[in-house]
Amino acid sequence: MSTLAVQGHGTHHDEHGHGHEHHHETFVSKYIFSMDHKMIGKQFLITGITMAVIAMILSILFRIQLAYPDQSFPLLETLLGRFAPGGRLDPEFYLSLVTIHGTIMVFFVLTAGLSGTFSNLLIPLQVGARDMASPFMNMLSYWFFFIASVIMLSSFFIEKGPAGPGWTIYPPLSALPKAMKGSGEGMTLWLISMVFFIASSLLGGINYVSTVLNMRTKGMDLWKMPLTVWAFFLTAILGVLAFPVLVAGVVLLIFDRSFGTSFYLSDIVIGGAPQPFSGGSPILFQHLFWFLGHPEVYIVIMPAMGISSEIMSVNARKPIFGYHAMVYSLIGITVLSFIVWGHHMFVTGMNPFLGGVFMITTLIIAVPSAVKTFNWLATLWRGNLRFTPAMMFAIGLVSFFISGGLTGIFLGNAALDINLHDTYFVVAHFHLVMGSAAIFGMLAGVYHWFPKMFGRMMDERLGYLHFWLTFIGAYLVFFPMHFMGLDGVPRRYYAFTEFPSMARWLSVNVFITWSAIMAALAQVAFLVNFIYSIFWGKKATQNPWESNTLEWTTPVEHLHGNWPGEIPTVYRWPYDYSKPGAETDFIPQTVPLSETMSSNLPHDFEDNPAGLELHNTWTNTQKANNQEVK
Amino acid sequence: MGFKNFINSKKLAALTAVMMLGGTNLLMAQTAASSEITDEQKSQALTNAGYYVLLFLLICLVVAIVGRILKVYELTNNLQGKKAGTNYNKVMGTLFLIFLAFGLVGAYWSFTVQGSMTLPEAASKHGVQIDHMFTTTTVFTMFVFFVTQILLFGFAFLYKSTAKRKAHFLPHNNTIEKVWTIVPAVVLTVLVVFGFTTWRSVMNSAEVKGDINIDITGHQFAWELRYPGKDGKLGTKNYTLVTGLNNLGIDYKDKNSFDDLKADTLVIPVNKSIRLNILAQDVIHSVYMPYFRVQLNAVPGLPTFFKFVPTVTTAQMREKLNDQTFEYKVYCAKICGGGHYNMQKIIRVVSDAEYQQWLTTLKPYLSDPLKKELKLADAGQQNSEVKNRLALNN
Repeated sequence: MSTLAVQGHGTHHDEHGHGHEHHHETFVSKYIFSMDHKMIGKQFLITGITMAVIAMILSILFRIQLAYPDQSFPLLETLLGRFAPGGRLDPEFYLSLVTIHGTIMVFFVLTAGLSGTFSNLLIPLQVGARDMASPFMNMLSYWFFFIASVIMLSSFFIEKGPAGPGWTIYPPLSALPKAMKGSGEGMTLWLISMVFFIASSLLGGINYVSTVLNMRTKGMDLWKMPLTVWAFFLTAILGVLAFPVLVAGVVLLIFDRSFGTSFYLSDIVIGGAPQPFSGGSPILFQHLFWFLGHPEVYIVIMPAMGISSEIMSVNARKPIFGYHAMVYSLIGITVLSFIVWGHHMFVTGMNPFLGGVFMITTLIIAVPSAVKTFNWLATLWRGNLRFTPAMMFAIGLVSFFISGGLTGIFLGNAALDINLHDTYFVVAHFHLVMGSAAIFGMLAGVYHWFPKMFGRMMDERLGYLHFWLTFIGAYLVFFPMHFMGLDGVPRRYYAFTEFPSMARWLSVNVFITWSAIMAALAQVAFLVNFIYSIFWGKKATQNPWESNTLEWTTPVEHLHGNWPGEIPTVYRWPYDYSKPGAETDFIPQTVPLSETMSSNLPHDFEDNPAGLELHNTWTNTQKANNQEVK
Repeated sequence: MGFKNFINSKKLAALTAVMMLGGTNLLMAQTAASSEITDEQKSQALTNAGYYVLLFLLICLVVAIVGRILKVYELTNNLQGKKAGTNYNKVMGTLFLIFLAFGLVGAYWSFTVQGSMTLPEAASKHGVQIDHMFTTTTVFTMFVFFVTQILLFGFAFLYKSTAKRKAHFLPHNNTIEKVWTIVPAVVLTVLVVFGFTTWRSVMNSAEVKGDINIDITGHQFAWELRYPGKDGKLGTKNYTLVTGLNNLGIDYKDKNSFDDLKADTLVIPVNKSIRLNILAQDVIHSVYMPYFRVQLNAVPGLPTFFKFVPTVTTAQMREKLNDQTFEYKVYCAKICGGGHYNMQKIIRVVSDAEYQQWLTTLKPYLSDPLKKELKLADAGQQNSEVKNRLALNN
């Protein structure tokens, strides 16, 4: 891989040298319409956390319904009004809660909140760039995201409430405004919100890809990039290629809803009256939706994987095991994720031959996932593990990824999916593998890079409390759901008391609900810690975790342009931890190989004949000296 | 305000009290009038609520006590002139080991207690194949689950940071990496081949003479059933023909439609091949019959079908489950609106003789009022060219 020099915006910054810290910034230009990638990252984070809290509250509301389906809670009527008449959730509002919870968590928290935060914060800092390729587009990407969030939440304040056909918005339920309350204006707002959201994702994604490709500092070839950057880069490629397909699907859906077309509709009878739709197919929408929807799963989990890989290596004080294999796994997942969408559609009635094909591709993707898991375990093996809260969450991610990933093998198998599809087994699977695991990746990232974002440290003890309650809580919530699914309990049911066979799971539902409440309350520890530490946390040093990557070479203080002088040059990969012969257990990427001759290895000089010659000369000199001493 | 003061502040205590009051309000829930749940379950649920509140408070108490103990431990160390602060690496490493132990016990408990609440062996011929596939997959995956979780938390305990330990520099090992790429690939290949053959045999759409054709049509929020009459053939349907009396849009230009029967319960004979034609009128529904390992979406405009052979009668399953009230049911597994959670139909698996007897009790769809509406004095003479298109055969 060749080394590319700093170009474009970075060059502009270089030309101006260290003048960036002297830019005049008003409150508005610094904190609101900021074009600094670090501030935009913080904006994504805070909006993402806000959305996560809202989504969490929604989930507690419907969990209460599931645990106590026959009881009324006067407080609910006080809070929700017409959506909870008599203190019980309206069944259609229940579906709206499920829909908006899913939408917010998948898109607004785990896509924008996670990727938006850390891609923005870390890509320029870790590749050695002054800012993103286009800071203005970057700012727009945040504000489109913000507008999308406001529109999505505003649907709670219209008469019929928010969209209700599930986060997958399958037509005809989403295409027929009269199909249910949540198919009306709420659905329209959902679609408008998603158009803004996708525009935001594309603006961000294009920026991430172009920054990684064009703005790496001197010496930062692709094989010297941290795994975080690899993950963000490949995630951005996924998003840029997959999201437009959803836009196409959404536009056709809007046509069906509003202009009488029949892209997704055919042979419909509403209220006993045949409708004038023919020739369309709801399955077409599912193909388009899942062409994004499945890569979306990896858009969510890959940044979390990159973050946890980085954090585990730093805190195990070991190189990440199998760096190249980790990168190839990410690339493999990226490519394969585009050809597995059909496993969401095994039981739609599409041609069974297709089901067989998608089963094969789906199970193949388990191989790179397995490689990543084993490599994480090997990274921990014989390490010197520092249990910072970030490390705890990274380990938690691995545990969830194993648990949730293995159940994916059941669901990827078309024959087994016949019985497990749309049951609680699926809910358990994806909440562990892309819900809990990805959230843990995000939280690990917040704890680890909080000093970089805010110049202060978070409280460790509250972090530990937060971790254990959330970790245990998540397992108590999702583990029992596997068994509910194996008993044939379908998901998205308002009440399980209509069927005797499901009613026997009532006590388990109560248990799950209280576990969810415990996990939700644990987030108070995080929020208190987060807000308190921003203002009053212990001041951070420049490199508090003794990490190798470039972001820790920037000053603690906010500085537009990142480095006060020249951008540092990179000489080595980012995982030189506990290298034999080295004086310290970490060697930053900016330390030239000539300064660490006693610890250099032949592969450090790959593709660098002059360096290799230097290494050989030094080794021969050492040997000669030793012989003289003898 | 220091962190300690913040935690101890009266304002925080007052806020907590307000939150507790809010929580109490939640807990003082009233039982809704429209309940259909048993009294026993209600009291159990309420008992559980109180139980979990107490449990939560107990956990808070334990956390507070542990916090205090750690503080005392720190102070004692200070007084003895030892290194200040708690060794959180040691504490967390130990907690990971404790979590592993409790987690393994908890997983075992879940598998035995909650595992015993899951579906019994399938009540259909193909379902047995699926169950075998499930068992094989479970053996492979649970082995990996237990080994990897033990390694993960075991390593966390064994290799917790100490000043004496230096991490082992191991950037890669090609042999190991090849092994753990090839082994999962081989295992997954086995599962793919097994799964592919099972899937093909389950979804085999070949016509078998003597298949019992039954139409099941979903609409918000009920399932409609249609059985063939004596000719054994179902007539064609056309959604544009739907009226109040002809709610399935049966096409009476097709003579096969004249003796089609209407049923309220899905009655099927044991050990006979059933071909369930699955249709929807408004939104997507999904025919889900977990005991038979049957699930297929009902999609408007895209008729589908699922073939299966029931092997356990309702009476036999009642004996097996020791529950004389047990009924097989069809659920709707695809979100379809407010009544989605209550869309159901009873399935009764009976002997062939009972089935034939039951058929004689059914009334035809073509009722006298419908005949009048359609002016069908001599419609039976007409023959339709319209074919019943079914997507799986395309």
